[in-house]
Amino acid sequence: MALLEVQNLRTYFPVRSGVLRRHVDDIKAVDDVSFTIEEGTTVGLVGESGSGKSTIGKTILKLVPATGGSVLFRGQEILPMSEGEFRPLRREMQMIFQDPFGSLNPRHPVRQIVGEALEIHFPKMTRGERADRVAELLRQVGLQPEMGTRYPHEFSGGQRQRIGIARALAVKPRFIVCDEAVSALDVSVQAQIVNLLQDLQEELGLTYLFIAHDLAVVEHISDHVLVMHRGKIVESAPAEAIYQSPQHEYTRKLLSAVPSFG
Amino acid sequence: MNTLLDSLWVQNALVFAGLSLVAGLIASGARNERWRRALRRLRRDRIGLCAGAGIAVYLLVGLLEMVQIPTGDGGRVSVLVRMAGGVVEEKSYSAPLASHSLSVARPEPLKGRHLLGTTALGKDTLLQALRACRTALIIGGVTSLIYIPLGTLLGITAGYYRRWVDDLISYVYSTLASIPEILLLVSILMALGKGLGTMSLALGVTSWVGLCRLIRGETMRQAERPYVTAARALGQSHWKIITSHLLPNVLHLVLINFVLGFSGLVLAEAILSYLGVGSPVGTPSWGAMIDGARDELSRDPVVWWNLAAATGALFGLVLSLNVFGDALRRAFDPKRG
Repeated sequence: MALLEVQNLRTYFPVRSGVLRRHVDDIKAVDDVSFTIEEGTTVGLVGESGSGKSTIGKTILKLVPATGGSVLFRGQEILPMSEGEFRPLRREMQMIFQDPFGSLNPRHPVRQIVGEALEIHFPKMTRGERADRVAELLRQVGLQPEMGTRYPHEFSGGQRQRIGIARALAVKPRFIVCDEAVSALDVSVQAQIVNLLQDLQEELGLTYLFIAHDLAVVEHISDHVLVMHRGKIVESAPAEAIYQSPQHEYTRKLLSAVPSFG
Repeated sequence: MNTLLDSLWVQNALVFAGLSLVAGLIASGARNERWRRALRRLRRDRIGLCAGAGIAVYLLVGLLEMVQIPTGDGGRVSVLVRMAGGVVEEKSYSAPLASHSLSVARPEPLKGRHLLGTTALGKDTLLQALRACRTALIIGGVTSLIYIPLGTLLGITAGYYRRWVDDLISYVYSTLASIPEILLLVSILMALGKGLGTMSLALGVTSWVGLCRLIRGETMRQAERPYVTAARALGQSHWKIITSHLLPNVLHLVLINFVLGFSGLVLAEAILSYLGVGSPVGTPSWGAMIDGARDELSRDPVVWWNLAAATGALFGLVLSLNVFGDALRRAFDPKRG
């Protein structure tokens, strides 16, 4: 059984106008999208800005309400669940964000940022146990445990993204949506973070939905690639196949836009 | 009820209750890591410390005026007045350090010397200005205690939940803001009666609109940032998102609003005194002193010392609050090492 099964998912944002804010039209951010993700694999989701990739990630995690369709996580339908019913599942489904500057609360020290998830999902943990777990997580993502007392602005972009990864890992999730997780970083740091994500996947058996607009990065990390254009998936194929024989016109255009040397 | 509230010991108990509340809040804050860091930073900020000391002096003087002790003949007197027991009362105006009263026709010798002269009723201006600290602290403090939690909570709620919650809160404050403020203040005071308590209540009910609007806007901005989405993705409750994520990120605005608003409140007291609905007659207040200066400045020779003493005292308090507020903001800002 697939870990995640998305069927005919639709996410529309209503366009309202007039004094009475009448519903006149919809922006179809995600329009009838279906795909599955097998446990332990990485599915890449590529497409240009505004194609609806991030909205898919957010809809799966119920951060944006879906308009229709279904999302099955380990065979369980999650879209009709209330927030209370869904909360235990949040432990298993996490997200890493694009913006390493905006995704960490500037008023919280790293210890608190990473420890927050533990407070929510492991309320019985003592303060000492929590501190130990935070130190372990920081070490796991390549940071020193002593850095826990510092604030986000004291770190570089790459380090901040590592903090974001530690936060997502804190609850021991099985599935992580990486929403443009490396797009804001410079190239050498991108490689480090992608390698870290791959190491963690091997070590912890994680499943990723890797959203990016950069085909080169997606090719490196993904087993299967979905190409998105204007809210619809236009091509779905194993990573090598996409690169060797792209079927759809739009995929060919995207591939020709990848810069290459020589 | 009123007689009970008027009782000497009940009033003193209220003063100490308020004081222990503030002390308790600071003590509980001091256990928090962020507060301790801020305190360490504040200790290195010399100008901030000077301003803090200035505020402490005003607080001390205000407290000495608030705490009352019984006199032998069944009356009561504040500790401050008792301490200034040696200061004698004259018949009417006298200039600073003058030896005779201010009368062109028949200057009379004074009973004592007065550093800042005397008022129309012959009271020592310096002592009156010091006693007025109580009024300023009560008006500024109690009003802030009412409007700051109200404005902050409603602003964050409206900005975070949006939709009908925002519509409702915006509707309430827009309606309130459409009524001329002075008119509203005067009618509330007419209905509730004069007094420092009712004045604080009236000012509190009318002052939260600006803060609420400010906090609502900032909350909307902050709530769009990914760290709030991240907290939701972790399964954090709405209440914790509001208190632990949004509140610390809008608190600097609350602090600045409090400090800048404080002087506005003390001035509002002066305006209300001018309209005849201010502090009860006989309550020393800077507002009443400034208001009285309208007549005094048109006299010949000009009586300027009451205005100077009141504005000087007001200036000192507002400046200290501003500088200290700024130092606090700097100390709490983690971006400054």
